[in-house]
Formats: sequence, structure tokens, C-alpha cells
Amino acid sequence: MAAVPQRLHLKLNVNGEAAPVSFAPYKTLLEVLREDLGLTGTKHGCELGECGACTVLVDGEPVLSCLVLALECEGRRIETIEGLARGAELHPLQAAFADLGGSQCGYCTPGVIMTAKALLDKNPDATKEQIKEATAGNLCRCTGYLQITEAVERAAGVLREEAK
Amino acid sequence: MSAATAKKRLEVVGKPRRRVDGRAKVTGQMRFADDFALPRMLHCKLLRSPHPHALVESIDVSKAGKHPGVHLVLTRKDFPVPFGIMPVSVDEYPLTDHARHVGDPVAAVVAADEQTADEALRLIGVVYKPLKTISDSEEALQTPEPRIHDYGEQGNIHRNQSYEFGDVEQALAKSDHVFEDVFFYQGNTHLPMEQQATLASVEGDGKLLVTSSTQNPHYLHRQLARVLQIPGSRIRVVAPPNGGGFGGKCDPANHEMVVAKAALVLGRPVKICLTREEVFYQHRGRHPVLMKMRTGVTRDGKLTGMHLQTLLDGGGYGSHGPASTFYTGVLTPVTYELPRFKFEACRTFTNKPACGPKRGHGTPQPRFGQEVQLDKIAEKLGKDPAELRLGMVTQPDSLTANWLRVGSTGLAECIREVASRSEWKKKFRKMGQGKGVGLACSTYMCGAGLPIYWNKLPHSGVQLLLDRSGQVTVYCGATEIGQGSDDVLAAIVAEVLGIDTDEVRCVTGDTGMTPVDLGSYSSRVTLMMGNAAVQAAERVRAQLAEAAAEQLEVLPTGLVFSNGKVVDPATSRSMAFLEAIQFAEAKFGTLGAVGSYTPPKPPGKYKGAGVGPSPAYSFSACVLEAEVDERTGWIHVPKIWIAHDIGRALNPVLARGQVIGGVYMGLGEALMEEQAFRRLPEKLSQALVHRMPSMLEYKSLTALDMPEVDVALIEQTEEMRDPNCPFGAKEVGQGPLLPVMPALANAVYDAVGVRIDEIPVTPDKVLRALELKAKGQVPRVGPARFPTVPYPEPVFVVTPQEGGDGKETKREEKKRAAAAVV
Repeated sequence: MAAVPQRLHLKLNVNGEAAPVSFAPYKTLLEVLREDLGLTGTKHGCELGECGACTVLVDGEPVLSCLVLALECEGRRIETIEGLARGAELHPLQAAFADLGGSQCGYCTPGVIMTAKALLDKNPDATKEQIKEATAGNLCRCTGYLQITEAVERAAGVLREEAK
Repeated sequence: MSAATAKKRLEVVGKPRRRVDGRAKVTGQMRFADDFALPRMLHCKLLRSPHPHALVESIDVSKAGKHPGVHLVLTRKDFPVPFGIMPVSVDEYPLTDHARHVGDPVAAVVAADEQTADEALRLIGVVYKPLKTISDSEEALQTPEPRIHDYGEQGNIHRNQSYEFGDVEQALAKSDHVFEDVFFYQGNTHLPMEQQATLASVEGDGKLLVTSSTQNPHYLHRQLARVLQIPGSRIRVVAPPNGGGFGGKCDPANHEMVVAKAALVLGRPVKICLTREEVFYQHRGRHPVLMKMRTGVTRDGKLTGMHLQTLLDGGGYGSHGPASTFYTGVLTPVTYELPRFKFEACRTFTNKPACGPKRGHGTPQPRFGQEVQLDKIAEKLGKDPAELRLGMVTQPDSLTANWLRVGSTGLAECIREVASRSEWKKKFRKMGQGKGVGLACSTYMCGAGLPIYWNKLPHSGVQLLLDRSGQVTVYCGATEIGQGSDDVLAAIVAEVLGIDTDEVRCVTGDTGMTPVDLGSYSSRVTLMMGNAAVQAAERVRAQLAEAAAEQLEVLPTGLVFSNGKVVDPATSRSMAFLEAIQFAEAKFGTLGAVGSYTPPKPPGKYKGAGVGPSPAYSFSACVLEAEVDERTGWIHVPKIWIAHDIGRALNPVLARGQVIGGVYMGLGEALMEEQAFRRLPEKLSQALVHRMPSMLEYKSLTALDMPEVDVALIEQTEEMRDPNCPFGAKEVGQGPLLPVMPALANAVYDAVGVRIDEIPVTPDKVLRALELKAKGQVPRVGPARFPTVPYPEPVFVVTPQEGGDGKETKREEKKRAAAAVV
């Protein structure tokens, strides 16, 4: 068996930019984002794939970054909460979460917002039920979810207007 | 609050706004404890006991210490001084040689990275001497030896107390009916999304800096000084925003002490982040409580007296237990007029993770019992449960039998509101088989009237700094745990100074930078920090007014601070807020002010009267609709109506969020959440382990399970506004959780005619009760009996209504008085 290298050096694509990074090969995408790239906006609540707090998008799909090895992500498009705003302006999802109480302690927020982004990218007309279903894997202990659903609905409306 | 502030037309308070920290939360910029890292930082892991009760006979750390990458190994001998949140329960060592539960830490490794620390943990050799273990409170009563702790009342009883306010047996004897019920409320845990993390370092000035997920940096600060034996002035505790607390981050914790010690020894930053499993074992959550309620009522539906007995399963440590024990009874008389009240409570030690404060702290359990019992009472008396309650709500500015002052109350309005919105009268007992509605009410404190350690100092301090740039910076030790305390602080300062919240910068939760605030617990922050903030802002406003009046050549008393201007309405002269600052800075020098708040003295004077008093109480009422599948026992909740007496909503977006969040957590407790333990088979050590220490198996509601929630925020009219509350605002973080559990149990009864007298109400219990019903037996699932508890002789206090003075009546006096009557 070939020796496992101490560290890997890869060029990841994070939020549309090349992110060269070296890390131990056992590290998850979550760990590399937070510890090696300093992108602490992505949170962790269990590191076992149970809570959804670490959700990021890989090639547009929501993934639990605690269950993905960073070395699997070379050449793939990684999106995190840090890349969502449009320059200094908030993305409609971010604005809606902030304005409607979709975020209380804010710890689950990045994961929920990224999940919602993946949904609305694919399905701009998502219904309330579809929103609930899409975000059902993101646990939140503060909001009781209703304001999260309301925020995604409002953002969907804003995005539809923009697309017109 | 000054008359000027009270009369002001409000511009910030009461308006729905984006919270001041909203932007940081949605951009990923908000930094929680685990988001901090420092150069040369090391990582810590704890070795936790696999035994529920054992003495550490020997511990060999030599191999672990030599493992490459390991910098330090710590054990019990490195910590000679114990800690504990309450002065009467200082019973924990950061690392122990007497494990009281599975997961109790016995050693710590500090290494270059977590992986290395983990490897080294496995190299530590511990010889345990297992001891007999106790799994619940009844077992604790029956098993005085071995003692889990060598302090407490006796055997494995931690706290044992009895209070009697008026002669309860006499009241029950004179009642038309006496209802006797036994209830059980299973423990559950906070499950904050953020796992606790702590980073300790020695700053450039040689002082210790501890950045930690804590709701109470002040109490942690004190305990660190105690354990590390260094002056508080050399320790700075920073509480970054917490990723949810719910009470779980109130206790100072082992891991915080350990990394602080390690950083001091090594002179390097040391960090720890608990795994999710460790968070379950850290716990400090809802106590499992067995309760017995004997309640007397008149045939027209008035309460005559209640004898409440509670038995708490405290787990392995004291934690907030002495307070929790009181809270399983003291707030019971606040909702409904209860002329006499006897309350006996006992907290036992068991070999499970310690219980402590969780949202509602000790009060959801008896509230569940009382509100379910009232449902039974209403049925027996042939009264509508809403009408029954409306006929007995406590009156404003009254004193309860146990000497708590009820200030303002909107409970009656809450009941009317939910009854009307839910069309209660059309639905109750009329929805047909399988569908039903249940109603319940509750109350909660707006802050504990006394601090956790005895002192005469303010409970909250606020400092304001203004400068010529126009910036207003407000400093306060309060901790943002998601509830919106920073937003409350900014809103209040902005309102008093007539500026926008955008102009206010909040610096909070930092014992090195901010005045003391006792912490984010007991729903105290809005009221206590809020009043301190009003005082500070009014003081600085007076300076600004004096300087501005001089320039405008008007009287300062007539000036109005509004919309970023200082205006004299009589002459229409005005200046910008920024100009007023500059004139004031020129006139008085550097501008600033402090404010502080101390709650009023409680009316009760007996020993123990300190738990329960609050400057104000919030009230809630809830109607819950349930559909019960009689084949599966599955309960579906389509809708919940809740009305909360908030006095005034400072920011309605946040207030509504707190209400829905409380309802969510309450419904989770009602239906599924359980911090339950099981014994491993004998060949596997018989350890008491958590049944489901993962977020997948510890069931909580998801977005798909959450019902529609109709929220009514009940605000007092101007003349009825509670003068103890800033702008009349009461708490909203805990109260709205409380009525949900009994409302659910009552709705299940309305739907299928079975009583589930314990929480959670799970499908298996519903099915069992339905089977009993089908067999013609009593359709009830719940505890069969209440054990014999050796409660002490009660402290007897004459009630306010019967001419008491708030002090204990000594037994001899009581006897003499009784003899005189005879």
C-alpha cells in the first residue's frame, strides 16, 4: 500500500475563486473550509451528518460538508455563505432572513440559507411545502422554522421579480 | 424611567426592524466561540469516565505524556479547588477522581491537534473502582449508601424542603372537591445547535483571556478566579454570541476550567470544542420530576388550596439544583388565586449527567401538572376550561399566598384572545372522534429577584460613551444568545436619545470591557439590562439637553430628542444630534454615563423567600389542536394559538420569533424530546448511558413537523403598563414554551378521551391508554403513585390575605395560636 501523504496540496474552487490550500488528507471539506481557508461562516453542529449546519453547495447541490472529504472536491464548484452576497449588498435570501426573523442565534443560518439557495436555483417557484421539505434536514432550535419558511418565500418572490 | 421618556412618542420601540446583528448572522461574519483561532494554538480533549459511579484508584499518564505532539496531560491533582454555580453546591472538580456519571471527565490531554489528543487519551491508564449506581430518584431515596456526594441533606438527597402558606389541610377539608393527581415529566436537553467551545490564552499583558460559549460570563469569571486561584482582575472572559443556549451554557463547565489552566501552564492558546455526544453528557437540562398535586376547589370553581409535592432527579451534581428545586413549586400560585399553598420538594443525586436550568427552569413540570389537573377539574365541575380559568386569574398588584408580588397581568386577556382566535367554544368537545383542542396557561419571571450568590450589588450595569464623531457606544455584560439582547440594548438607547439603532454600537458579554450583567438566564435581560440602559441614556441625554439648550437659548426640560435631532417644540428651534454631542463634549468634557439596575426587595421575609420573586411576570395562554390516529397513536398538531402578555414588544419581529421558538421547543418536549438513559447489560459494566446521544436519534421537530402558529402579542395600555419594565416590556424568551405541553395533553384527551399524565406524550402511551379504554379500564397512562419522601417539617408562613407579616411562624407560636383558638 502506498504511503498516505502527510499533507495534500490542492487548488479548490471556492465562491468562484481559486483557493490553493494544503491539508492533511483525512480532513473533511468542513474542516478545510473552516481551519485551512479561514471560512468560518460554515458551522458544525454534530460532524456526523445529522444537523445540516455545515451545508455548502458543491456543483450547485447542497452537501453536508462534514461528510465530504476535501480531497474529493478538487475541480468542483464550492459555494459557501461568504460568497453569497452581491458585493456589499445582501442576497435576497440573506436580506429576508435578517428582516423576517429567519435567523435568531444565527448558528444554523448559513446552512439553511445555502440549502434554500440550491432549492431556489433549481425551482424558483418552490411552494411552501417544497421549501419545508428542502429545509427539513437543517435543524434549528431557535426559530420554530416558520420564519425560515417565510423568509425563503419572500426571497423567492424577490428573485422572481429580478428575473423578469 | 423618567416622565419624559415615558411620554415620548416612540420611534424605535414597537417598530418591526431588522435586528442590529442580523446582517452578521446571514453573511457568516458572526463569530461564535469555535470560530476563533490563534497562532500556536493547541487542542484539548477530555478523557471521560465509562462508569456511571466509580472512584479513580490510579491514573497513569506517562505514556500519553510521551506521545509525539502531546504538550500537557492534566488530572484531578492539578485542580485542588472545586467549583459550582451556586455557593451551596460547590461540588465539581474540573477533572475528577470520583466519577458521578458516564462522561464525567477524569483527565485532559493538550496536543498539537485534536487527532493527536484523541490518540493520547487512549494511552491513559485508569484503574476504576466501580460503585453501586443509582438510576432514578426513587432508587436514590431507597439507596442512601454509597453517597454520590458527601454533602446534602442525607444519603443521596441533595435538597429537601417544605413550605406551608396557610393551613392547607384545613382548606382541603373544607373544599367541595379535592383532586389528587400524580404526574411525571421526563427530562430533556437543550440541544443548542452550537457545540460548546472554549479558547483560552494568555494575552500580551500577561492576563488570561477565556473566550467561551457561555450565557453567563460573569459567573464563569468568578468560578475561574476560584478554581485557578488568581484574582478576577487578571482574568477576562469573553462570551461571543452563543449559537443557542436555552440554559445549557449557564453553568461554568469542566472544559472551560481545563483549557484555562492549560493555557496558563503552557503559555499558549488552548482550545476545546465538545463533540455532540459530549454536549449530551454535559447536559444541565430539564430535571425529570415526579409530582403529586392535591387541590381543593369549591363547586363554583375557585381554588381553595393546593398541596404540591415534587421529587427531582438531579443527576450527578448540584448545578443550579437548589434553585431548580424551588422552581418546581414557587411560581405555581402566580397564575390563579390560590389562598393556601403547601409545597414540598426533594432533589436527589443519581448517576446521570447533572440536570440544571432549561428554558422555564423547573416550572414547566408543575405547570404541566396543574394545567392538566385544571382540565380534569373543569370536566368534573361541568365548566368550560377557559371560563374556569378566567374566574380564578390572579389580580394585578396582588400578593400570592407565598408572598410573590404579581404586578401587571394580562392573563385574562390572553385567555380571551386565544379562545376567540381559535374558536374555542365551537371546537371544545365538539370536534368529533380523533380531533380535539386543549387549553393551558402559564407565567414566567422577568428576571430572578436575587442573584445566584448573595450580594447587594446591581444586577445589571450599562455604560455609554459618546464622542464628537456622533458615535454612541453602549457597553454591557449581557450575552447575546440569539434572543436579541444586543437589539434590545441598541433599541432602548436609540429610543431615549432619539436616534436610529444604526447609530449605536453594542459591546457586550466581555468581563474585561463591559460593566457586570449577571447573564442571560431567568429571562432577566430585557428588564434588568433595559432599565440600566434607560438610566444611562437618560443621564447622558440630560447633559446633551443642557448643552443644546444653552445654544438654542431655550429651557433644557422642554427639549425633545427625536429623529436624530434635538428639538424645542415651543420655539421650533433645533439642532442635529451630532451638534448636540459636540456642544456637550465642549461644555462637559468627554461624554459618557453609566446606569445600573437592582430589583426591588421581595415582600416575603422567610428563609427561602428569595426564589420566585421577580420585578414582573409575563403570562401566556395557549390553545392547541390535535388529531390523534387511534390505530397508531400518532399525534398530529395542525395549529397552535398562543397569546403572550409581553407588556410591550420592543421589536415585534424578534418577539414573535421568541414566541414561535418557545412554542416549537415546548411542542418538541410534549411529543418527543427525552434525555433518557438505559443500563448496559451486566457484562458491559451496567453503565447508565444516554439512550440517544445524537441529533438523529434525539428526536426534535423539523420544518415539516412544525404546525401553523397564530401569535397574539398582548400589550398593556399606557396606564396599565408595568412601571418596573423598560417601556413596559416584559420577557418573551421562556414564558411561551410553558403552556404548550399541558395544552397538548388536554387536546389529546379532547380528541380520544385518554389522559396521558406524563411528558412526553408519545404514540405508544396513547395506544396503551386507548387499549385500557377499550377494556373499560381507567384510560390513563402516567405514574401510578408518588413514593414516600422524607420531607422535613414545613416552614409555616401566614399568607398575606390572612394577615401574615411575610416571616416564618415558628412552630411554638403556631401551636400557641392553635391552642388559643381552641
